[in-house]
Amino acid sequence: MIHDMKPGDVVGDYKETILDLYGGISRVVLYTDIETPYPDGKLIVSTTDKDGIITHVNKAFVEMSGYTEDELLDAPHSILRHPDMPSVAFKDLWDTVNAGKHWQGYVKNLRKDGGFYWVKATVIPNIRQGKVVSYTSVRRKPSRAKVEECMKLYPTLL
Amino acid sequence: MPYQFTVSPDFSPDHLSGWYIFNTWLQKQTGQSIHLEMYSSFQSQREAIKRGNVDLIYANPFDAAMLVREKGFLPLVKAVGVSDEAIIAVNADSLVDDVANLMPGTKVAVTEDPDVRMMGMIMLEPADLDASNTDIVVYDTYVLVAKNLLQGNVDVGIFLAEAYDDLSHIIKSKLKVLVRSQISVINHSLMIGPKFADKRDEIQGLLVSMDQDDKGKGVLKSLGFEAWAKVEDEEMEFMIDLMDTLAI
Repeated sequence: MIHDMKPGDVVGDYKETILDLYGGISRVVLYTDIETPYPDGKLIVSTTDKDGIITHVNKAFVEMSGYTEDELLDAPHSILRHPDMPSVAFKDLWDTVNAGKHWQGYVKNLRKDGGFYWVKATVIPNIRQGKVVSYTSVRRKPSRAKVEECMKLYPTLL
Repeated sequence: MPYQFTVSPDFSPDHLSGWYIFNTWLQKQTGQSIHLEMYSSFQSQREAIKRGNVDLIYANPFDAAMLVREKGFLPLVKAVGVSDEAIIAVNADSLVDDVANLMPGTKVAVTEDPDVRMMGMIMLEPADLDASNTDIVVYDTYVLVAKNLLQGNVDVGIFLAEAYDDLSHIIKSKLKVLVRSQISVINHSLMIGPKFADKRDEIQGLLVSMDQDDKGKGVLKSLGFEAWAKVEDEEMEFMIDLMDTLAI
């Protein structure tokens, strides 16, 4: 399940917008300019089913997203979708992994408290007995230079 | 013909005799003849696997995909509470305090240990460093990596965290850790090959209960382990998928 973001969860001054997410979901999101730096040495790992519903998260995912594990499990992965991310990036992601290939890119993720964090994400299809059964996403610390490139590029794709 | 057992060449030298003790214990418990062959390099071990000369292996996670997907190996157990983590360290006198401040042309000391090298290189990515813009120098042991850092022959060392922690206090006092990985889900596993697979359940059962008697506990201690935990097929598949994402 995914809910509209609540002002009580947000830290700092925020802006408000409505995002149209995959699967016909509409969500009110509240977002701030506060960045949480990606922690050194950690990987954020999650698995989703074929519809993008989260089935597994690791501790780093919980810590960085600001949500509890219970809030994340069974929620669509788009719970992390930040309004500054162009939808074309996610279309490319899904087209790529649905074709059985891996996808890699730089993503600005939205936290429960309205803040954000940048990641270098790799998504691969999990193939069992020749069939795609789920997807695993592993996020690692991005280089600042790559993040700055994306900060210039992504607004042109919105 | 005895079954052939081998151990990932990155084993700690302190535990070499422990693996022979473990093999003797395993032969007694199973009533099977098992020969332990230690290879000095990952390359020579992989050639033996390709020739079909390995039936049981304590495998580096980097080789798990090849073992499962190309050679039909199945997971048995992993050591409880043990995971492979990497450390990036520099000379204590280095002006660099953050990986992000390392520059292209950095000389990076590594060993042949493939999963640690991969994790270490990932931890250099925040500085936009990779194999194409660094000078990778391969040493036989982590002690040599440390020595060359101390002598100023290299700028950065990539260590297995356990090997770094085992360095003497004097050496560690002259080094500075920039990053220690906290991945937790990458680990060595004992795996069984197709020729030996009919004994999988029996061996798995023996291993997971090994810590429940004094003799078994003693053998585990000689390996530096507390106990073995069963590895399910899906857990192994997940680790292989994870390694795949990191190799990209």
